[in-house]
Amino acid sequence: MLLEAENLRIAYRDIEAVHGASFHVEEGELVSIIGANGAGKTTILNALMGMTPVKEGAVRYRGLDITGLPSHKRAGMGIRIVPEGARVFPQLTVLENIMTGLYRLRKVTDVPSRLSWIYELFPVLDERSRQLAQTLSGGEQQQLAIARALVSKPRLLLVDEVSMGLMPILVEKVFEVLRYLNREEDLTILLVEQNALASLAISNRAYVLETGVITLEGEAQTLKSDPGVRKAYLGA
Amino acid sequence: MSNYVLTIGIFVAINGIVACGLNIIVGYAGQISLGHAAFFGIGAYTAALLATRAGFSFWLSLPLVIIITGAIGLLLGLPSLRVRADFLAITTIGINFIVESVFMYVPFFGGALGIGGISRILFFGIRLREAGFLALAGTLLVLSLGCTWWFARSWTGLACFALREDEISASSIGISPVLFKLLAFMTGTAMAGVGGSLYAHYMRFISATDFGFPVSVMMLSMVVVGGMGTLWGPVIGALLLTILPEVFRPLTDYRMLLYAVLLLLMIRFQPGGLLGERGVLKNLAGRIRGRLRS
Ligand SMILES: Nc1ncnc2c1ncn2[C@@H]1O[C@H](COP(=O)(O)OP(=O)(O)O)[C@@H](O)[C@H]1O
Ligand SMILES: [Mg+2]
Repeated sequence: MLLEAENLRIAYRDIEAVHGASFHVEEGELVSIIGANGAGKTTILNALMGMTPVKEGAVRYRGLDITGLPSHKRAGMGIRIVPEGARVFPQLTVLENIMTGLYRLRKVTDVPSRLSWIYELFPVLDERSRQLAQTLSGGEQQQLAIARALVSKPRLLLVDEVSMGLMPILVEKVFEVLRYLNREEDLTILLVEQNALASLAISNRAYVLETGVITLEGEAQTLKSDPGVRKAYLGA
Repeated sequence: MSNYVLTIGIFVAINGIVACGLNIIVGYAGQISLGHAAFFGIGAYTAALLATRAGFSFWLSLPLVIIITGAIGLLLGLPSLRVRADFLAITTIGINFIVESVFMYVPFFGGALGIGGISRILFFGIRLREAGFLALAGTLLVLSLGCTWWFARSWTGLACFALREDEISASSIGISPVLFKLLAFMTGTAMAGVGGSLYAHYMRFISATDFGFPVSVMMLSMVVVGGMGTLWGPVIGALLLTILPEVFRPLTDYRMLLYAVLLLLMIRFQPGGLLGERGVLKNLAGRIRGRLRS
């Protein structure tokens, strides 16, 4: 098991946002956690990256308890996040943003070939490589955030609602890239999404999160035909 | 050139070196510091004590000054790891007042009388007076700029920029906030130490009030006016803010007020500084370059 979350309770001061969530991700899987706005998806993902402290429960990564580790240590272990809202570095150029992802890895990385791999996935970043990140559109910033996370060749990629605020055509493209990375490049991905249709379509397994509680889990195919899920998330 | 002009040039260079150091902390690592004069003072007092008590020359003490100031800077940079921007501003002001009081009231540091009789700098047996001193200070300023330039281009610099932009995002890609904030504090304060050492050997008499809070405000003004996070900004700022008070001598009593007004005006109309994004000097430079090309 690559990642295992056991009975996670996460709170902002006194208000608990996640009430004991357990889930896991196997090596090579693409797993999604779907849920409505405010369900606690970002809270969970940030806690996995160490950006939000956990009140109770444990996070294990490759068998190691990482619950108390700061995020830069987790990043060093091969976990990367595409955070909610991209959070690229606005005053750095596109290329500099990508390069920050290689921090501490440049000696063991063939930088030119890694960059050309990134640019093949996201050609628009190649065109804009010398522009400041703040001049990119929302969709381009999302792609940049993915690129910044990917350039390090992570073992586990956490993705927070890349579809948010993107044009449908771009959502399709980004999800296609994620599917490609998972199927062809063996990248393990944990996705959190409001867009259940798009994420279930590319996932192996999925969890349904409702106001901080995981209410359903199973194969993505099975969930897609579950009447409750269809009603709540697929508009059918 | 008259000695007066050379003396102003020397102060521009010294202030430029100190402001370059502050720029690394404030402009590059994004940590506000309103106590930079404390490190300017620690450098000056270290050099002064080594010169008067141990008979060290400027050259012999300089490496020690750099190490001692940088080490204390590292130590006093620790609060930046725990507190947010507004509180860090207050903490650094506090550090400034404490350091100034220690110089002022601890007899070892000469007390209210300060330290006098600091030796002149000898360069291969030649005493450096105005012109020679300016050459030395200018050289050290160029070295400081080189140091800043290297810092900005290195991976350390890139990591610092990332931290300044978004600390959480930066740590999620493996950049340790602790490591880089401390590194920036250490480098920036060590540069203040170099300026302090020059100051001590030029003035040959120093006292605690030379390194008080108003000096910190002046240093920060230089960085903000010139352009935070730009290479040349602190030098432009040092040039302007060292020369202008000389021109407006009669307004000396209102210096602090003028700095405050200047800071507010800059923040309102030129938030990136004269050399920063949308800065007038940057635009001008861009236009001239355009002319030259066409
Ligand atoms: N920084 C915060 N401080 C306080 N409450 C928060 C904070 N961030 C999120 N919350 C609350 O936690 C709950 C889950 O939020 P979030 O994890 O952002 O949901 P999602 O990502 O699924 O939309 C919401 O009720 C939200 O209001
Ligand atoms: Mg969210």
